[in-house]
Amino acid sequence: MNDFLITPSDDDGTLARLRLRLERAAAAEGLLDVAYTTVDSPVGTLLLAATPKGLVRVAYGIEDHDHVLDTLAQRLSQRVLRAPKRLDAAARELDEYFGRRRQMFDLPLDLSLSKGFRQLVQRHLPEIGYGQTRTYGQVAELVGNPKAARAVGTACATNPLPLVVPCHRVLPADGTPGRYVGGREAKVTLLSLEAA
Amino acid sequence: MREPFEKLVEQHAGTVLRVCRVMLGSHDAEDAWSETFLAALRGYPDLPDTANTEAWLVTIARRKAIDVLRARKRQPAPVEEVPEAPTALGIPGGDDADLWHAVAGLPDKQRQAVAYHYVAGLPYAEIAGILGGSTDAARRAAADGIKNLRKSYQGATTEGAPS
Repeated sequence: MNDFLITPSDDDGTLARLRLRLERAAAAEGLLDVAYTTVDSPVGTLLLAATPKGLVRVAYGIEDHDHVLDTLAQRLSQRVLRAPKRLDAAARELDEYFGRRRQMFDLPLDLSLSKGFRQLVQRHLPEIGYGQTRTYGQVAELVGNPKAARAVGTACATNPLPLVVPCHRVLPADGTPGRYVGGREAKVTLLSLEAA
Repeated sequence: MREPFEKLVEQHAGTVLRVCRVMLGSHDAEDAWSETFLAALRGYPDLPDTANTEAWLVTIARRKAIDVLRARKRQPAPVEEVPEAPTALGIPGGDDADLWHAVAGLPDKQRQAVAYHYVAGLPYAEIAGILGGSTDAARRAAADGIKNLRKSYQGATTEGAPS
């Protein structure tokens, strides 16, 4: 009966403009604790999230992006906003990586989502160069704890920054691709991309 | 558990915009919307988990709209910026601006009650909390507002209104 009050006319355009204005104002006021965006890639839609310190999360679709955002809100800050601008550099470097025009990522990272031994492993993973692979046991040796192959596996499985921190280059000793946070198929895709 | 702020924007952006329009008209509504969501982003971590987020946003929007109205009174708009354009007021199918014009003509309490109930969808008990006064008074103000809109806005008549 009173529908005339809730009939939107050109709200979509207006709201898109207002969203952009909010993104800018929030960044300017230091309120953009977690900015995120999603990008398409050969391994599916990726969610990219960054704090003012740097890229904090890369998430595959199979991780459930809504769930990932909930977790970021619990663990980092509830001030989570879709704000693509902060992710421009990360999105560009990933695009270059998938286009075989980039072999190393040059991005500020925020490793605050992992702690202790897991973070130690994740810090060392970029030492495995493009197109190379290591076994879990070799990585355990690399971080000075040769008996910790299983814990290295856990560190890889809980890597908050897959792709950029290259846990896909770590394999079981039996020659199979092994498990991967983005699924086995994504791991094979990345390994063959880098082998080409 | 508190959801990411983005969810609030997705769910309530349109509602807050319409509430701001009812309070201020189309143009100033955008400033009030921006101020509302920026203030909400700032205060969000301190909001109790049990709070009704929509009522909270509407309460902030009301405060920001009042700020804009006060600023307007201090700085009257220069006359030369108001064009002497023919108005489509009263012509069904005319621009939405006519509706906002009619809404703007309502007495303050009616305008707010209409905005919070018919635009934001808040229950009268919540509206009474925002406006002060009883739940019945809030219900009456909204009903009077709709009655007055029927008189002043032709688009709201049975034949002109969208079904």
